[in-house]
Amino acid sequence: MPFGQGRSGGGGGGRGRAGDKKPTDKEKGQRRTLFRRRKVCKFCADKIDDINYKDVKLLGPFVPERGKILPRRISGTCAKHQRKLQTAIKRARQIALIPYVTE
Amino acid sequence: MADRQYELVYILPPDTTEQQVTELHAQIEEVVSRMHGQIASTENWGRKRLAYEIARHKEGYYVLQVINGSGELMKELDRRLKVMDIVIRQMIVRVDEEKKVVDRTQTRRRTNSERRRVKRGLPPQRQPGEGRPAGAPDESDDDRFEAGEV
Repeated sequence: MPFGQGRSGGGGGGRGRAGDKKPTDKEKGQRRTLFRRRKVCKFCADKIDDINYKDVKLLGPFVPERGKILPRRISGTCAKHQRKLQTAIKRARQIALIPYVTE
Repeated sequence: MADRQYELVYILPPDTTEQQVTELHAQIEEVVSRMHGQIASTENWGRKRLAYEIARHKEGYYVLQVINGSGELMKELDRRLKVMDIVIRQMIVRVDEEKKVVDRTQTRRRTNSERRRVKRGLPPQRQPGEGRPAGAPDESDDDRFEAGEV
């Protein structure tokens, strides 16, 4: 279950290693530290088709404190939606709905 | 040529008077109608905090207009808005194509689900009381996405 897609394995190096081990040995404590829940693209899961620059509530979680766009390897967004998210965030920045930088 | 649809967002200083707003609207409308466009809708978002300071303003009065028209019209409109001192920020985005894509994916999803449901011997639409109850807080343990982790 933890590795359905090879693509999403890039972020957590620990997960791949956990897979190499035989799943029969039951070192629960160690496995738990290595195990990462598989990330799912929020937009695919919730079936959000339209990533709009006006929807600050939707974009908010993808713009952390500092004001940078959250990378895909952390958010788990799929490539298609990350591209749309990127343009939406950049547009929202232009009209001052989202900051460019925050100190 | 078929008309394109654009969204125009502009920000006015928070201390703009009603009269100035209506004047500006009249000017925009004049340009739009002169160049054979039409304003599909106007939306006042009202006063909002700006994410960063623009021309020493911390707040702004947002207006969104959806305009059908040609590219030249929007070019002209953009140029005019840039010149006006009262507008502190404006943005024009073309929306018709994206809207089409969204519509298409939504209809495709709906028809697909209807087809599958019919195949399973169910009525094509979801019946009330079916599936997860609507009022239930199903997002409460949404740990697929962790925003805090950087």
